[in-house]
Amino acid sequence: MPLSWALFANFLLAAAGYIVGRSRAFATAGPDVRKLHSRPAYHGASVGLAALLPALAVLAAGAILRLAGVLSSDTGPIIGIVALIAAIAGLGFGVMRIGREYQARNVVEHMVLGLLMLCSLIAIVTTAGIVLSLVFETGHFFRVYDWKTFFFGTEWTPRFQGNSQLGIVPLLWGTMYVSAIALLVAVPIGLFAAVYMSEYASRRVRGFVKPAIEVLAGIPTIVYGLFALITVGPLLRDYFAQPLGLGNSGTSVLTAGLVMGIMLIPFVSSLSDDIINAVPQSLRDGALGLGSTPSETVRQVVLPAALPGIVGAVLLAASRAIGETMIVVLGAGAAAQMSLNPLEAMTTITVKIVSQLTGDSDFNSPETLVAFALGLTLFVITLALNVVALYIVRKYREQYE
Amino acid sequence: MYDMNRPEKAVSQTETKISARKVQVYYGDKHALKDVDVDILDKTVTAFIGPSGCGKSTFLRCINRMNDTIPIARVEGQILLDNEDVYDRRVDPVQLRAKVGMVFQKPNPFPKSIYDNVAYGPRIHGLARNRAELDGIVEKALRGAALWNEVKDRLSEPGTGLSGGQQQRLCIARAVATSPEVLLMDEPCSALDPIATAQVEELIEELRSQFSVVIVTHSMQQAARVSQKTAFFHLGNLVEYGDTDDIFTRPRDSRTEAYISGRIG
Ligand SMILES: Nc1ncnc2c1ncn2[C@@H]1O[C@H](COP(=O)(O)OP(=O)(O)OP(=O)(O)O)[C@@H](O)[C@H]1O
Ligand SMILES: [Mg+2]
Repeated sequence: MPLSWALFANFLLAAAGYIVGRSRAFATAGPDVRKLHSRPAYHGASVGLAALLPALAVLAAGAILRLAGVLSSDTGPIIGIVALIAAIAGLGFGVMRIGREYQARNVVEHMVLGLLMLCSLIAIVTTAGIVLSLVFETGHFFRVYDWKTFFFGTEWTPRFQGNSQLGIVPLLWGTMYVSAIALLVAVPIGLFAAVYMSEYASRRVRGFVKPAIEVLAGIPTIVYGLFALITVGPLLRDYFAQPLGLGNSGTSVLTAGLVMGIMLIPFVSSLSDDIINAVPQSLRDGALGLGSTPSETVRQVVLPAALPGIVGAVLLAASRAIGETMIVVLGAGAAAQMSLNPLEAMTTITVKIVSQLTGDSDFNSPETLVAFALGLTLFVITLALNVVALYIVRKYREQYE
Repeated sequence: MYDMNRPEKAVSQTETKISARKVQVYYGDKHALKDVDVDILDKTVTAFIGPSGCGKSTFLRCINRMNDTIPIARVEGQILLDNEDVYDRRVDPVQLRAKVGMVFQKPNPFPKSIYDNVAYGPRIHGLARNRAELDGIVEKALRGAALWNEVKDRLSEPGTGLSGGQQQRLCIARAVATSPEVLLMDEPCSALDPIATAQVEELIEELRSQFSVVIVTHSMQQAARVSQKTAFFHLGNLVEYGDTDDIFTRPRDSRTEAYISGRIG
C-alpha cells in the first residue's frame, strides 16, 4: 500500500470521525443541545482531528526516516498500516472523550491555532533553509578562497584552470551603477505619472492611461533585454558614445539602466498611485480651501502624507533592480570592470552568478562556489534595504498618525 | 414663500459681502440645492441652520467653489463676492479661496507639525516677512482658537496627534491665520466641550469686527448667541432668512417654527 493511499484512507477516517463524533454528541446531549459545552460540530471536528493528526505524524516521521536512510525503501506498506492504526486509535480515543462537559470547542480552537502557526513556520523554515544552504556553500568557498580578496579585490577574472581573481567590488559597482540609473529613470517618471493619474487626470483619461502603463509590467524581462540589445544599445553608441568619444561599446551601463528604468516605471507608478489615492480627500480640501494651488497641495500635503508608502514603493523597485539579470546580460554586457563612464560595458552580481554556474564545471572549485558567496551578498544587501525601508516607514508612521 | 424684507437697520450698518441669486446645485441627477437667494453682510455673523442633509454644507462650499473638487457636482446661478461673480471664468478659485477661508465639518489637520499646520496659509500666501512675524501670526491664531495654552510646548509635534476637539480648533486656527475676508465655518464646535465652545464663540465675535463669518450649526442656542442673521434651510430650499432675533422669536414660516421648536429635523 503506497503512502498516498494511506494518506487518502486517513482523510476518509477523519471524515468518518467527524460524522460519528457529531452524532455521538447529539446522542449525549439528549433533547436539549445546549446542555453540551460545545456544539456537536465541534465534537465532530475534534474527533476528526484526533484521527487525522496522529496518522499524519506517523506518515511524516516515516517519510523522513526513509529519506534519512534509517528505514529501507520497502517499508512503505508498514508505515501506512501503522498510520492507519494510529488513526483508528485516535478516532476511538476522540469518541470516548465526548461528553457534556468535554470542551471540544476549545480543543478545536487550539488545533486550528496550531495549524496556522505551522503554516507560518513553513515559510520561515524555508527561508532559513535557503539562507543556511547559501551560508553553508559560502563557507566552503571561503575555505578555498581568501575572504579579503573576495570582498576587497577589485579584479574579477575567473579562470577555470585555477588561479582566478574573484573580487566582488567590480560586480558590486556594476550592480549599484545600473540600479542607480534605473531608479533615476523610474522614480521621477513613475511618481509624476502617479501624481498625474491620481490628482489631475479625469476619470476617462485615467481609465486609459493606467492600464496602458501597466502593460509595461507585463512584458517579460527578456523582451526588455532584446530591446536594450538591438535598439537602445546601438542608438546610444551611434549618437552618444562615438560622437562624444566615450567609447564604442554596443552594451553599456546606461543602456541597461535606461531599459531597466522603463521596466520599473509601472511598479513605482501603480504602487504610488494606490498610495496617493489612499490619502483622504479631506486633506486636499483643507489645502485647497486655504487657497493652495493644485501643485502646492500635491507637494506640501498629499506627497508628505503618502511618503512612507512611496518610500516603500521605491525600495521595492530598488530590490527588483538589484536582482534583475536578463536586461543586464543583454544591455550592459558581461565584462566585469569598474569605470565611471556610463557608456562602457559593465556587469552585475546576478549575471556573474549565472555565468559561474552554467557550463560544466567542478562543483568544488572556487570558481563555482563563488556563486554562492555572491548570492549571499546579494541577499544581505536586499535584506538591509528592506530593513531600512521598514525603519523609514515606521518612523514616518509615528510622526504622522 | 419666504421674503427678503430684511429690517432696514441691519443693512444700513454694513454692506452686502456675498450675494447669491437663484443658486442651484446638482450632484449628478440629485437636485441638492434649489433657488437659493441670500445676501450675506460684511462684518456680520450669519448662521445657517436646518436639519441634516438639507444642503447647508453644500451652499457653504459653493461660496468658495470647493464644489469644484467634486466631479459630479454642478452649480448654477450667481454668487457675487464684492459684486464679482465667483463663478466667472476669469476668477481664479485659488485666489478666491485665499479670500474666503473655510473650516470643514470634519477636522482635517495636515500630517505636519502643529506649527506648520497653522503656518501653512501664511506661508503659501507670503503673509510673513520673517520667522518672528510668522511666529506671531501662529501664536495669535492659536490663541484665538483657544488652543495656545494646550499646545504651546509641543508646537513641533504632529497636528494629527491631537484630540478630536483640539484638531478642530487647530483647523480653526489654520483658517484664521490666513486672514481671509470671509470665514465659512461648518459646524466648528461639534466636537468641542462647553468651555472650548465658549472660547470659539468669543473668537467668532472678535472676528466679526474684521470680516464676515458664516457658521453652520445644529445648536439653536449657539445660532442665537453668536449670529446677527440666520438662514433656515430645509430639503434644499432656503426657507427663511432674517435677523436672528426675528427667526427665533417670530418665525414667519411654519417649517421654521417647527424646526426651532424641535418638531422637525
Ligand atoms: N459629494 C456628494 N455627492 C453626492 N451627494 C452629495 C454630496 N455631498 C452632499 N450630497 C447630498 O446633498 C445633500 C445636502 O448635503 P449637505 O452635506 O449639504 O447637507 P448638510 O445640510 O450639510 O447636512 P449635515 O447637517 O448633516 O452636515 C444631501 O442629500 C447629500 O446626500
Ligand atoms: Mg454639513
